[in-house]
Amino acid sequence: MKTALTLIATLCIFLIAQAAHAARGADGHLRIIYWQAPSTMNPYLSGGTKEIEAASLVLEPLARYDQNGNMKPWLAERVPTLENGGVSKDLRAITWKLKGGLKWADGTPLTAKDVVFTWKYCTHPQGGCSQSEKYNDVKSVEALDARTVRVTFGVAKPFPYGPFVGAQAPIIQAAQFADCLGAKAPRCTDANFKPVGTGPFSVAAFRPNDVISFVANSNYRDPAKPAFARVTFKGGGDAAAAARAVLETGEFDYAWNLQLAPDVLANMKKAGKGVVISSFGTLVERIVVNLTNPAPGLGKERSTARHPHPFLSDPSVRKALSMAIDRKLLVEIGYGPAGRPTCNILPAPAIYKSTANDGCLKQDIPGANKLLDEAGWKRGPGGVRARNGVKLSILYQTSTNAVRQDFQALIKQWWSKIGVETELRNISASVFFGGDPASGDTFQKFQADVQMYANNFDGTDPESYMANWACKEAPRPETQWQGNNVPRYCDPAYDALIAKMARAGALKERARLAKAMNDMIVQAYVIIPLVDRGRVSAHAKTLGGVVLNTWDSELWNIADWRRVK
Amino acid sequence: MGTYTLRRLLFAVPTLLFISLVIFLLLDLAPSDPTANLPLTIPPEVRQKIRESLGLGQPIHIRYLLWCKQFFINEPLNVVEALLGFSGDSERLRVLSWQTRSPVVDLIVERLPQTLWVVGLSYVIGVLIAIPIGIFSAYRQYSWFDQIGTFVSTVGFSVPTFFTGVLLIVVFSVGLGWFPSIYDTTHRVTDWSSFLVQARQMAMPVFVLALYNAAQIARFMRASMLENLGQDYVRTARGKGFHERRILFVHVLRNSMIPVVTIIALGVPQVFGGAIITEQIFKVNGLGQLLIVAIQGGDLPTVQTLTFIFAGLIVAFNLVADILYGVLDPTIRYDQR
Amino acid sequence: MTSARRGAWAQFRTHRGAVIGAGILLVAALAVVFGPHLWSIDPHLIDIRARNQGISFAHPLGADRLGRDTLARMLAGGRVSLAVAGAAMGLALSLGAVIGVASGYFRRLDGPLMRLTDLFLALPLLPLLLVIIALFRDALRAAFGPETGIFILIASVIGLTSWMKTARIVRGEVLALKEREFVLASGAVGAPAGRIIFRHILPGVVSPIMISAALGVGDAIITESALSFLGLGFPPDFPTWGRLLYDSTDYLQQYPGRVLWPGLAISLTVLSINYVGDGLRDALDPRSRG
Repeated sequence: MKTALTLIATLCIFLIAQAAHAARGADGHLRIIYWQAPSTMNPYLSGGTKEIEAASLVLEPLARYDQNGNMKPWLAERVPTLENGGVSKDLRAITWKLKGGLKWADGTPLTAKDVVFTWKYCTHPQGGCSQSEKYNDVKSVEALDARTVRVTFGVAKPFPYGPFVGAQAPIIQAAQFADCLGAKAPRCTDANFKPVGTGPFSVAAFRPNDVISFVANSNYRDPAKPAFARVTFKGGGDAAAAARAVLETGEFDYAWNLQLAPDVLANMKKAGKGVVISSFGTLVERIVVNLTNPAPGLGKERSTARHPHPFLSDPSVRKALSMAIDRKLLVEIGYGPAGRPTCNILPAPAIYKSTANDGCLKQDIPGANKLLDEAGWKRGPGGVRARNGVKLSILYQTSTNAVRQDFQALIKQWWSKIGVETELRNISASVFFGGDPASGDTFQKFQADVQMYANNFDGTDPESYMANWACKEAPRPETQWQGNNVPRYCDPAYDALIAKMARAGALKERARLAKAMNDMIVQAYVIIPLVDRGRVSAHAKTLGGVVLNTWDSELWNIADWRRVK
Repeated sequence: MGTYTLRRLLFAVPTLLFISLVIFLLLDLAPSDPTANLPLTIPPEVRQKIRESLGLGQPIHIRYLLWCKQFFINEPLNVVEALLGFSGDSERLRVLSWQTRSPVVDLIVERLPQTLWVVGLSYVIGVLIAIPIGIFSAYRQYSWFDQIGTFVSTVGFSVPTFFTGVLLIVVFSVGLGWFPSIYDTTHRVTDWSSFLVQARQMAMPVFVLALYNAAQIARFMRASMLENLGQDYVRTARGKGFHERRILFVHVLRNSMIPVVTIIALGVPQVFGGAIITEQIFKVNGLGQLLIVAIQGGDLPTVQTLTFIFAGLIVAFNLVADILYGVLDPTIRYDQR
Repeated sequence: MTSARRGAWAQFRTHRGAVIGAGILLVAALAVVFGPHLWSIDPHLIDIRARNQGISFAHPLGADRLGRDTLARMLAGGRVSLAVAGAAMGLALSLGAVIGVASGYFRRLDGPLMRLTDLFLALPLLPLLLVIIALFRDALRAAFGPETGIFILIASVIGLTSWMKTARIVRGEVLALKEREFVLASGAVGAPAGRIIFRHILPGVVSPIMISAALGVGDAIITESALSFLGLGFPPDFPTWGRLLYDSTDYLQQYPGRVLWPGLAISLTVLSINYVGDGLRDALDPRSRG
């Protein structure tokens, strides 16, 4: 016991000595490579992950999530809750208090007015702010004094941490953006490229879609940080090249989001220059089943609820499709340590994770065959099953991506073993995920029988994510084919659960509801979860302090990064 | 020739306007969405708002006329103002990129240096080595030099740059560590040592592109020379006892240049179009990367502007080629008989 | 006429490179047509246990990352690549040659045809392809079935977007050729335009056309693989040489053999066409015959 205490004490002294020793800018130059290049530094004008993460070096929110998904006060003194009185009893107001002495990089003080302005900026009707959903239901934001802000909601918000929390909703400087409201926003090129922030770094030069140079912010609140004087943030190329630059040639210190085949990454690691890190969030690769008929002959009513799918509306077919898949092998081939087989569409945080569906982890081809036999699907010519003249013939589409094409090939072979014939199609990601209502190849239009992609949600609260599968969310001509309920699932019992969750305040109750919703979707086999996908990045062995965070920006703690020998 | 040139120049204006309209309609027809690259966590209503803020809600003819006004009137005015050094109407709307929300012309100007350095230089080098190789290969047809030339140039244009680029990186960056695998666009050449850094980072992309360009041009040069070496006038000239070098370099070369001039003229606009794959592999981030990123991101103003400038160069250089034909071969006439 | 043809063949046979090239092309064509019947492993069959296997008796060229047999995929891929490249190149060359000759020979057509060429050169390829997919994919799929429909689509797309260079080069040559004495002379004795074109103009532009062919085949094989990334190509599990080469580029360091086979196949094909083109030019052009 005593030795342990001594040990801890020595460790503390050592750490303090270390901290005292470090000085701002002492470690020189940090090089980061993102294989997609940021096009702006204003996260409110582009909601892309690359822009949000680049901006997170400069702009900061009131609170953010740490690597375990716990909320951490950042510019605020503490996270307001019901218990500490920061959230009102009726759940309609939350009051934030800023830390004392905060300064913008230009030396002026950060005040509550900047927070109010941020809200106005993002909710301006002509601004086209990409994070305006974070400010949904906000009735007003007021500055109570220089350091106190109260956010009032029009409805009771059991989870009031949308506005000003996380990398998506940071505070911008009122003085800089005052003339950039609404339609004027795009004209403020200087402000959008070089926002003044409170973060550890400031933009020195910004070359859109290419490279950003940062220098340490001399007004940063911790005088000893950041350890690096300069950051070069290079963009462009592809994941393999980014990984090579860190792991093999050592030209860069940090590479983001290395979606590569696991054996390619493992081979690069052998060069010994860097470390591959991974961490899991809420991203799930899934197959979405079309419950409506995508036959081209239906014209405008193609893939709408008016025409149920000829065979996928049979639950036993959907279940058999899921049973035939070997998720462990998919992970081994496609993601390696960056993936886990999963049977849930809501895989995290831990309190929301259901264990009711884990049976799917084991591939069961005989079982799937038996199920289809019992449901009356008989094998016909070529081993393809049919019933009443309806053949089990599937068009399976996804976006163009090496791993996804491997998955398609594997799954096609497994499905052929249960008498299902599959035609594969891949579509350029910019078309597939684009919302052009004139194009038939978007994932919302879903002119195929099944399709595969990944989805997740921001932060840790799944309420809006689980509300995706409400009846009214189904894409259809009346909504210009917009909507998140891609399988066109509709169950009043599910909608009732969504309504319940919108009112539930207690975390335990919310978790119970979320799990129930997850189980409903998964057990109806309208979404077939495949892989819980982690984030993989790599850093040089000489870079210390990196903590991979999938709940917020990956660069969330860059102020603590340092050079190690 | 003078009236011909003038007529062609006058005719170029409606041609280019027509091309710009076709490009605009094509881009509008193609499935694209400026919000396609955003994470799925951003809901459809917000996406709709973003599209409206970009002006996508307006009818197509309004958008086309707006682009024309911005590109043909506002941008030149801006250049004039910048040259004269006074800032006039700050409310004047320039062609703005949807991705970066900054003027497209500024983006292009920013990208030009690396594109000219890498793509332009590799083109010049390609032409400079291709022409002598082509000449000598033809003169000594089926010699070992010709055979090697044929082999190398075949490899040069049949192996795609996405492969040669990666191969070079694996050998020279990963294996030997001679050259950087990532191009630094912020690097400035100020003295001898910074010039060496620049030369090293350019070496691999320039090599890849020069090989590809040289291979094509050398093949055409060689074939055209062979064609002419067999002509009667060469025999006549030899019979008259002209010096072999003079026959080769004055008569044959001059008559053989027409297809080569065509190819080179077709290639120059492509220099400005950038080399999409090579730029991507070596992270040069020039005009090619700008174009591909804009296409993927559904950034129509950027694609439209870049493509239009490209079209202008094509029209211009094809005209240059036509004029050069007349210089190389005075018998060629274009005017109506 | 027959004797002239026989003479051309005799001339072609003396060209060693051309004969070897033609032989390689013939072997390649036979291999991709009959090979899949002799080597009967299904190129789509995934055998997880054979993943990343090297050369073995069961898999003479090894197996890929999903354990599919490389030899079977090379043969199946060659069939697609060669067919697409051949058809696309044929289309591009005929279009290019016709437009080039027409605009070079007939002054009246020169302006309009060359402006059309300018337009095609200027059109951005990617959006153009996406428009073509959107307009024609489903119609062709319905009319000819998924595979034939896509084959027609791809071959015509590549052909329609790559004729411009040939057209410009041919036109330039024709402009010069038609002012030569022998052409002017046959015009003066009243030979019809068609005859002059076939007798005197076309033989003179054979060599640039043949080079365009060799360049075009290589380009078409690569373009086909690029198309499949846009979703315009064949279904993603369908092997083609270009696709095999692209897919294996990431594995360059670990399994160099995997890059070698498709790379070699493409290069050999292009090289052979080059030599055949050389031979043909020598054989067909009466003036360069010794």
